Amino acid sequence: MVTTNTTRMTGAIKAEARDLSFYYGDFKSLKGISMALEEHKVTALIGPSGCGKSTFLRCFNRMHDLYPGNRYEGGIDLKPDNVNILSSDVDPIEVRMRIGMVFQKPNPFPKSIYDNVAYGLRVRGVTARSELDDRVERALKAGAIWNEVKDRLDDLAFNLSGGQQQRLCIARALATDPELLLFDEPTSALDPIATGNIEELIGEIKKNVTILIVTHNMQQAARVSDYTAYMYLGELIEFGETSGVFTKPERKETEDYITGRFG
Amino acid sequence: MAAINGAPNAPVRVDPTRLKHKFTRNLKERGIEFVLMFCGLVAVFTTIAITVILVYESIGFFSFVSVWDFLTGTIWSPLFANPQYGILPLISGTLTITVIALIVAVPMGTIIAIWLSEFAPHHVREAVKPALELIAAVPTIVFGYFALLFVTPLLQGTILPDLPGFNMLVPGIVIGVATIPTIASLAEDAMRAVPMAMREGAYAMGSNKMQVALSVVMPAAVSGVVAAYVLAAARAIGETMIVAIAAGQNANFTFNPMESAATLTAYIAQVSLGDLEHGSVAYRSIFAAGLVLLVMTLVLNVGGHFLRRRYRKAY
Amino acid sequence: MDTPMADTPMAQGSPTARQAPDLARLRSRIASAERRQKIFAIVGVLCTSFAVLVLLAAFLDLLFDGLPRISGDFLTNFPSRRAEQAGILSAWVGSALVMLVTMLSAVPIGIGAAIYLEEYARKNWFTDLIEINVANLAGVPSIVYGLLALGLFVYQFGFGESVLTAGLTLGLLILPIVIVSSREALRAVPIHIREAAYGVGATRWQMVSDHLVPYSRGGMMTGVILGMAEAIGQTAPIITIGALTFIAFLPPPPIGAEFPFLNFEWLMSEFTVLPIQMYNWVSRPDKAFQLNAAAAGVILLLMTLVMNGLAIYLRYQVRKKIKW
Repeated sequence: MVTTNTTRMTGAIKAEARDLSFYYGDFKSLKGISMALEEHKVTALIGPSGCGKSTFLRCFNRMHDLYPGNRYEGGIDLKPDNVNILSSDVDPIEVRMRIGMVFQKPNPFPKSIYDNVAYGLRVRGVTARSELDDRVERALKAGAIWNEVKDRLDDLAFNLSGGQQQRLCIARALATDPELLLFDEPTSALDPIATGNIEELIGEIKKNVTILIVTHNMQQAARVSDYTAYMYLGELIEFGETSGVFTKPERKETEDYITGRFG
Repeated sequence: MAAINGAPNAPVRVDPTRLKHKFTRNLKERGIEFVLMFCGLVAVFTTIAITVILVYESIGFFSFVSVWDFLTGTIWSPLFANPQYGILPLISGTLTITVIALIVAVPMGTIIAIWLSEFAPHHVREAVKPALELIAAVPTIVFGYFALLFVTPLLQGTILPDLPGFNMLVPGIVIGVATIPTIASLAEDAMRAVPMAMREGAYAMGSNKMQVALSVVMPAAVSGVVAAYVLAAARAIGETMIVAIAAGQNANFTFNPMESAATLTAYIAQVSLGDLEHGSVAYRSIFAAGLVLLVMTLVLNVGGHFLRRRYRKAY
Repeated sequence: MDTPMADTPMAQGSPTARQAPDLARLRSRIASAERRQKIFAIVGVLCTSFAVLVLLAAFLDLLFDGLPRISGDFLTNFPSRRAEQAGILSAWVGSALVMLVTMLSAVPIGIGAAIYLEEYARKNWFTDLIEINVANLAGVPSIVYGLLALGLFVYQFGFGESVLTAGLTLGLLILPIVIVSSREALRAVPIHIREAAYGVGATRWQMVSDHLVPYSRGGMMTGVILGMAEAIGQTAPIITIGALTFIAFLPPPPIGAEFPFLNFEWLMSEFTVLPIQMYNWVSRPDKAFQLNAAAAGVILLLMTLVMNGLAIYLRYQVRKKIKW
């Protein structure tokens, strides 16, 4: 188990996992993970299938609460107000209003492009048409899809291509100004060109949002992230600046994984 | 056997009786397949028979009554001295009662479906679903008794003192309640078919269960839900006993639920109970009414079927 | 793909400064949504309870009126012009005989059709035709089956207003249910059982009769019971056939004292069934007859609920036992 040495971080910390463990029923899927996410930086989670990276990611927006029989131990502190978002006093809905998520398979709602992006705003009580128009446009621009859809905002989102749908989902998540944006293997269902677009997009939006991304593709992690965490069988094996982790990993397990000896 | 003793290249003798058995075995198999196919064709024969009989007798009917008078006349009195054969009163009766039934069944059935699909805990759902099935299983004549002898007096004694003994409101309401299980069950199936990934997307935006159910699950399941409504309407239109008992026999061209009226189905039942001379106009009139009934329900059933296929394809 | 624009307001400044006032607003939004959700959940429970309560009310109403009337006499008397002496003997015997014919007609044909569709039929227009018809017939109103029976069985075939006509009609009516349930039961048997049977040299029919049908028995029986439960309560088609409502005699017994011991006169006999008897009594303004109707209804409802309960229980057991 590795404890992050936070003094290596140059910026403020946005969120920090403290000795986080997670149980699916009786099965301990995450084992005492402590890790800090630096603000406005991209942190990548890599590791072989089943290592728990998606499980870890989904703790951040309390997705596990939707299914019975799960249990958290430890905490995740969201800065700057230092609230433990895993605490039972904290409403998961409130957490999800502050922390957004983009899923593996694009999952737009059965609504128009406009209504997809406006959904989060309406849930937060924004009803004035002018404000909605304004923020939807900004979000679609931030998602790098505005020019492709600006003339057909009332079209069904399902009519977009896979890559476009995923950028729409990113725009949808950005529309509500999240403090932290979680990406769960966002490009694994997309073709290489769409993948490239999304990676470029992530590079742009990190200027305003802290990003935690799970990826099974190491090259993607190397291209996109500032920090990389390597997980294996529910434990955090190594964490550090991406360049360091990929060129001079400190642990042998990390090196084995990166050089493709397994996983 | 020959191979064991003889040289490796010695031919194996095939027992000739094996071939004979094969022939009869094949014959038997083909025969059985034919019998089974015939069983399947019974459904086709039934449809053909229904169509042929209804059309044949209706054609006989229309040699007495013009199609125009039939479709546009507002008086239906086939058993009177000067018989009139305008079908509109029967259609108005059928439609009024069906609309009342849908007003009861659609909102409640939909809410129950949403509640069962998105809110209810597992064991509650497992207990409620059989209970709803039992409602659907009650013979309609029992509901007819209930409508005439319990619901009508109840309404007369409380909020509707001017309600006549035979009316359209009560059968409409009772048919509605009897149809709730149909809508609830079909709509709930459609909602459960919506993939969890779509719900997670909405939850991730900070929605609560109701918001997810109403703004994401319902629109995603809409074709299945509408199919449920359409199929429920078809069942309400085809309902006989509740209306025969509680709505009266009066073929009245009206849409006022407080009046008594007759539906297509009740008319057929009423005439059948009397003395029917085979081949008379009155006899044929029930087939004409039956044809109208069949067309109405067929259109709705086919529509509902296609809607259901649409939502099944989507997921 | 566009390049995200760097000069949009989102690109400027750190979002953290905006959080404190927004949180309060967020919380009030969440709270009001939570309130609306609670109301919806309550409405949901109310609607469900309403539906169940209506069922209970109908059942209790019937029971309250009818139970006192049920007695040995009631079950063994013929209907009579005097309400107190009337009974349902001809009605329940008629129902039993009609159900027998229904079962004997629907079960073989329904299961046969299901086997054909699942195991023999190829994917072509012919199979589609059969399947479309089965689906359509499920939606045909019951009284139209009565019209079919009137034209075809009563007159065309000359069976008249008899037990045979009624049984065949109801058999056709429940055919879709039996076919659909049997098909589901057959489909639940996994393919490796079929392959194992073929592997040891069984013919298709041997595979079906020795392996598939025994394994899918539970599901098929569920379908048959559900079909019979539906058939027993049918009134409309029987009315249309012309079943007389005042029958004060029983059909001739199927088993006679002389050779050949088994006769079929009862098939062509006139008859009445329980729902028809109930309908006849309900229509009378005399309160005493209405009580009779309630009593008949109690028996009918009891039979229906027991059969449905049995089917539900069977289905549950079948689902539990499956461990392929």
